[in-house]
Amino acid sequence: MEPFTRHTGLVVPLDRPNVDTDAIIPKQYLKSVRRTGFGPNLFDDWRYLDPGEPGMDHSRRRVNPDFVLNDPRYRGATILLARDNFGCGSSREHAVWALMDYGIRVVIAPSFADIFYSNSFKNGLLPVVLPADTVDRLFREVGARPGYALTVDLERQEVVTPDGERFAFQVDGFRRHRLLHGLDDIALTLQHADEIRAYERRRAEEAPWLFQDLQAVRGEGR
Amino acid sequence: MGAGWSAGRAWLALTARVATLAGLVGEIWPMPARTLYDKLWEAHVVREEPDGTALLYIDRHLVHEVTSPQAFEGLRLAGRRVWRPATVLAVPDHNVPTTDRSQGIQDPVSRVQVETLERNVREFGLPAFGMDDPRQGIVHVIGPEQGATLPGMTVVCGDSHTSTHGALGALAFGIGTSEVEHVLATQCLAQKKSRAMLVRVDGEAPPWVTAKDIALAIIGEIGTAGGTGHAMEFGGAAIRALSVEGRMTLCNMSIEAGARAGMVAVDDKTLAYVRGRPFAPKGALWERAEAAWADLHSDAGASFDRTVVLDAGRLLPQVTWGTSPEMVAPVTGRVPDPDAEADRVRALGMRRALEYMGLEPGTPITAIPLDKVFIGSCTNSRIEDLRAAAEVVRGRRVAGNVKLAMVVPGSGLVKRQAEAEGLDRVFREAGFEWREPGCSMCLAMNADRLEPGERCASTSNRNFEGRQGQGGRTHLVSPAMAAAAAVAGHFVDPRELVGS
Repeated sequence: MEPFTRHTGLVVPLDRPNVDTDAIIPKQYLKSVRRTGFGPNLFDDWRYLDPGEPGMDHSRRRVNPDFVLNDPRYRGATILLARDNFGCGSSREHAVWALMDYGIRVVIAPSFADIFYSNSFKNGLLPVVLPADTVDRLFREVGARPGYALTVDLERQEVVTPDGERFAFQVDGFRRHRLLHGLDDIALTLQHADEIRAYERRRAEEAPWLFQDLQAVRGEGR
Repeated sequence: MGAGWSAGRAWLALTARVATLAGLVGEIWPMPARTLYDKLWEAHVVREEPDGTALLYIDRHLVHEVTSPQAFEGLRLAGRRVWRPATVLAVPDHNVPTTDRSQGIQDPVSRVQVETLERNVREFGLPAFGMDDPRQGIVHVIGPEQGATLPGMTVVCGDSHTSTHGALGALAFGIGTSEVEHVLATQCLAQKKSRAMLVRVDGEAPPWVTAKDIALAIIGEIGTAGGTGHAMEFGGAAIRALSVEGRMTLCNMSIEAGARAGMVAVDDKTLAYVRGRPFAPKGALWERAEAAWADLHSDAGASFDRTVVLDAGRLLPQVTWGTSPEMVAPVTGRVPDPDAEADRVRALGMRRALEYMGLEPGTPITAIPLDKVFIGSCTNSRIEDLRAAAEVVRGRRVAGNVKLAMVVPGSGLVKRQAEAEGLDRVFREAGFEWREPGCSMCLAMNADRLEPGERCASTSNRNFEGRQGQGGRTHLVSPAMAAAAAVAGHFVDPRELVGS
């Protein structure tokens, strides 16, 4: 995974609460068996006026001029400013892949849905939680000042405005460490393989029914 | 057999002694009262980091075709094996056709995904039900049905509705694809413990107020982010009165309240449900499991970070009117007016929702006409759901303005059971289509979908924009309400259609 330390980028405001993962990446694109190529279909139903299907040439589709991502002013944005409960709904990690593939590196919101929040860290996308009134202020400033850019510093855990104002944010120590160094979670866990095996031995004594082999059990309907 | 029996007896005697000892110790140093979530969590911690992040052991990993291909690809690229293949159960459900399967899957992209799952389970040697297996079905229906998910387990799946399995007194939650890969490779997940929330539903639910109505009413009360950061336990008289299948519906929808997991304590109903399932423990092993499961409830006096109380006696059948499950009203109510909403962001959301849904403020819920009716999904496709819908439909006809009414059973075995009870005939004679099991129109990844502007009464779990097809309009309801709406052609109080 790509490490994340500090990022400065143009901010695009998405002013609606409860943005769900179906909206971030509609289901027809989940049929891909790859992790890349979802960028052109980020917010597909909002971004285009015509229905989209996998395999289409999306650059030829009719673009919705009213959708904020299509506003030339926000072209090249890498920080998404959002409202409460961003990423709710389905567990699809494709939502994070689509944001990353589009070029987004940071999402700032007053709150995130749990699974989306966790998926973000696995892919080097930084979700930043700021108080609702701070987010409100950022929305106003982004709207008022074309070219508005923020700096997000994971090491110091702060968001810095163009005026040099700083807003602190919290991230779990363990998640922060992994993201700062771009560490492979699985390799980290496998360092504790002996402890996992010891747990399994202990647990097999306590709860042997959890160690039945599904393949060995003849499974016919009741 | 004899050896196992006497070993079981010796074990029981030993546990009795240990229990006495624990009781004695407990009198001297009282154990803090623990929640069900505490108990499930603590039993699965392999190790803990200084910041409280735990390595949590996973007992059952359910796998489907949509969120797994990139995880298997990750294992291949890193040259990793599956840590404990016997804990996996894989099944295709999202993409499978619900019509005749003898020709395979027509959509080439869907076919590739299902074939990729088949190839992966062969390569890594994982237990799986194929598309033509009679046990195939929606992953959250077949887990409990097969006894593959059990009380006291940690259950994960690359699917947010994994919370369903918490109905059995398990810790069950949805994960992303990176975590699917992590569990395949290590049998563990790095997790921080959530806060504990109790949703207590007191009183007795009136006739036609089902588990689905209770779930929607809870979400209407606390909002779709009301449970964020929390593991949600459902308790109270109205929950204890629910069948285990009803509890599955409720726990299934806990993710729509934002909760990390939903769960219900084990009771006699849970044990009766699990006993005799194909993968459930048998004989002496069952005795041991049953004894251990007796502790799977929150202790008296256990403290929760948050408690919400509802009175089931005051609930009415529910219908969602917007594009978020929290946008819900009783069937006797009206579409609300955004102008009456004080919060600016909320009012904006309501306006956008009404525009998308093509609804005017003040419209009675019962005046909303329907184009399609969908009975199915991991929320409401079990045998009791189909029985409830059939009871409403029996002897009636689907209304002329309803273009399509379909029933998609949750699994091959649910379908077989329903057919044995003649429910398929009840539905067919009324004008419903009777389909093969799968996720179907809940998320429209297969051929079953809404066309732009079409309005659907659906027993599924999400009414998001485009969820059932681009431009489609979804109203979430119970199976009984969906059936009543199919017959009336619009929402109707089932108490009026059928009587109490």
